[in-house]
Amino acid sequence: MLSRRNPQLNRHGELIHLLSIEGLPRAVISQILDTAGTFLSVNERDVKKVPLLRGKSVFNLFFENSTRTRTTFEIAAKRLSADVINLDIARSSTAKGESLLDTIANLSAMHADMFVVRHGESGAPYLIAEHCAPHVHVVNAGDGRHAHPTQGLLDMYTIRHFKSDFTQLTVAIVGDIVHSRVARSDIHALTTLGVPEIRAVGPKTLVPNDLSAMGVRVCHDMVEGIRDADVVIMLRLQNERMSGAMLPSAGEYFKRFGLTADKLALAKPDAIVMHPGPINRGVEIDSSVADGRASVILPQVTFGIAVRMAVMSTIAGNEA
Amino acid sequence: MTTDLTLDAEALYAALRDGVRRLLADQHDAVLVGIWSGGAWLAERLQADLGLAGEAGVITSTLHRDDFAERGLAADRGSTKLPFAVDGQRIVLIDDVLNTGRTIRAVLNELYDFGRPASVTLAVLVDRGGRELPIEPAFAAARVTLAPGQRLALARDGQRLRFELRDGP
Amino acid sequence: MKLLIRSGRLVDPASGLERVGDLAIAGGRIVAVGTAPSEFEAERTIDASGLVVVPGLVDLAARLREPGHEHEGMLESELAAAAAGGVTSLVCPPDTDPPLDEPGLVEMLKFRARKLSRCRVFPLGALTRGLAGESLTEMAELTESGCVGFSQADAPVRNTQTLMRALQYAATFGYTVWLRPQDPWLGSGVAASGAVATRLGLSGVPAAAETVALFTIFELMRSTGARVHLERMSSAAGVELLRRAKGEGLPVTADVSINSLHLTDVDIGYFDSTFRLSPPLRQQRDRDALRQALADGTIDALVSDHTPVAADEKTLPFAEATPGATGLELLLGLALVWGEAQGLGLPATLARITSEPARVLGSAIGTLAASAGRLVEGGVADLCLFDPAARWQVTPDALASQGKHTPFGFASSGFELVGRVRTTLVAGLVAFERGRIDA
Repeated sequence: MLSRRNPQLNRHGELIHLLSIEGLPRAVISQILDTAGTFLSVNERDVKKVPLLRGKSVFNLFFENSTRTRTTFEIAAKRLSADVINLDIARSSTAKGESLLDTIANLSAMHADMFVVRHGESGAPYLIAEHCAPHVHVVNAGDGRHAHPTQGLLDMYTIRHFKSDFTQLTVAIVGDIVHSRVARSDIHALTTLGVPEIRAVGPKTLVPNDLSAMGVRVCHDMVEGIRDADVVIMLRLQNERMSGAMLPSAGEYFKRFGLTADKLALAKPDAIVMHPGPINRGVEIDSSVADGRASVILPQVTFGIAVRMAVMSTIAGNEA
Repeated sequence: MTTDLTLDAEALYAALRDGVRRLLADQHDAVLVGIWSGGAWLAERLQADLGLAGEAGVITSTLHRDDFAERGLAADRGSTKLPFAVDGQRIVLIDDVLNTGRTIRAVLNELYDFGRPASVTLAVLVDRGGRELPIEPAFAAARVTLAPGQRLALARDGQRLRFELRDGP
Repeated sequence: MKLLIRSGRLVDPASGLERVGDLAIAGGRIVAVGTAPSEFEAERTIDASGLVVVPGLVDLAARLREPGHEHEGMLESELAAAAAGGVTSLVCPPDTDPPLDEPGLVEMLKFRARKLSRCRVFPLGALTRGLAGESLTEMAELTESGCVGFSQADAPVRNTQTLMRALQYAATFGYTVWLRPQDPWLGSGVAASGAVATRLGLSGVPAAAETVALFTIFELMRSTGARVHLERMSSAAGVELLRRAKGEGLPVTADVSINSLHLTDVDIGYFDSTFRLSPPLRQQRDRDALRQALADGTIDALVSDHTPVAADEKTLPFAEATPGATGLELLLGLALVWGEAQGLGLPATLARITSEPARVLGSAIGTLAASAGRLVEGGVADLCLFDPAARWQVTPDALASQGKHTPFGFASSGFELVGRVRTTLVAGLVAFERGRIDA
């Protein structure tokens, strides 16, 4: 069988779409993180705009609602001087039966330059990247349970900011990993950047043993999973898990796998606590920890804008 | 590498230093800002050699370049650090080689993201002509003519400066 | 018409015959195998030198999409595809629209197919009305109109009591029930459980979906005495259970698709929906077990599982795409690739797509049972002449079927098939010919 070229990279190995962290060379990831640093300083100036995407139209295609993610992409695009159009697809033409590709073709006819796509099905952004016009760039803002690459990158930026050397770290990811696109992106990024120990922590229904194929150590006991960790990433628990017979209740989950101050005490004294948001207080994380000294949840949001600016300016500057 | 033209970077630096000293004599409170990377090296040395207080600023043109669509974001680009408020400030920009003037245009735009300077003057080591925009230096240590395809860049060995002349980009 | 096929390499898998010789055909039947009678005056002679002459292929699973899915396929195009693939008899599942649960629908289908004279069509009747898994169909009436067995296609019978009763009723008359061994709940994912599905974030179908269903089916067979044909085996664990059931003497047969025989989940690549199939592609271990089982007879037949899908149902995110791939024209070439890799000769390889599927059908195809899938004097002249050395690429233009989606497409896989049909005869009439090769 022919080997298929990574659709995110052009012939020269430059990034033209951001669809997944998987398959990205380490140099590309590092470069995006370095560029994000530049934009972080831009975001601290009085004039927070740079003209890199001036005259370009960025279309936010959110097939799954998410005001917070969409807002950060909008801010990032506007700081790059792009024109931003938000499309709430969930309530519009697709509901009337227009196919995904017809929607894309219509939008391309309106001279879109970049699509930021969030979709409920794994793989949808690949389909879009395959079928949109050659000069159009696609950023995956989350597809099903497959990937959320900008979140993965901003999580790496956060870790680099507070911890510097990836190759000495123990990172614990706690929660509903099997359904989490954030977890998958984090795991790919951490392995690419050389983190030696990545632990996936949670009950068997949410953290099955075959996850170890991704290069993580599966732990079904939070105590074992958190011990001496440098970074703890908490994932959001969704209500569907209870109705889908994977967990009995949020209460029991919190007792066993929720992050409280005493559980956090098992990690390293200078450990940082991260969460992609929005947080469910009292379900996966205790308020005292979410608001405490170790929490870097708010810096993650700030870094998120700079990282998205870095991603969008990087891909917009590379030709297909 | 052609050797038709011999440029002694250190000798030209001495001339630049004298030229910038004269410019500063007319603008007592002006600050030096070096354009990354060659201009920044020059500004750092000038700051010390002219006995100026504090640090010279560094500015990069990366975010405002007009060739982003063709070339994308450059990989190594430095970052802007201005240890002073731009509003109402007199600024002397320092660069190594002045050519089309587009870098200066981009640097001015970057400067304006920080505030409104009282004035901006330009001092360069070499003006190689070939202007594509209406930009002129207040002082140039040397004026040379090169073929369009040739590239002139400043290099640094430790503290010693030298020029590199190449055919092609 | 009196037809002479000259100097072909005659292969009859059922008897093991493999020799260069002639075949004389008259009145739609084979009158001589090996040497034509001296007084035989052919009206047409086909020069088959360099070609292999085998019984027409018998494909136990090909969707024709009529009635109801005409935007995906019509009898004309799909039977033309069958003929181009050397298939002279095919079994189609009952999941048309409306499903084949009424004798009138079956008769109409058979009538339409007969008029086209390209391929014999043997429909499976719906096991339950509307395929809803609730009430039984008139199995005797449907058999009389031409059904060769009863199936639910991919629709499950969730109620085990209903399933047991359906098997009991079928057993009354000795009808064979064709079942997909897939538990409806465990089987609701879109890709096989494993490293690939985990990495791609696709909902998984564990092997247990197949084994749990097999355990149920075998238990019900024991208590009802029904004959069952298992459709589309997909896992090593399932093959093991099948082996034990056959060893025990249960009246069970099974098939495997060309897709499961050759591909694994890794081939999904970047969410290529051409690889969205049901059953889903499993891992290397499973593929190896299926290949071995087909070789040793644990699995009886290889099928194309031909399922034309319209382009707009494939250009969708993986989980939303309709499963299925075109296959009638690939059955021969893919059987040959497998046979060569297993080190089997032509007769043993081709048995899996000729005499063995015919044996699975048995008396359900009536008088045809004596000669379907065989080269035998007095038997029907259903033949496939193919060039064993011809290489070809699977491109949309090369396919007669309306369904152009196949994982073996040249553009995406770079795969070349070896072995191409030159002429297909059904009842002594030319159903397909790629350029006349008359002597």
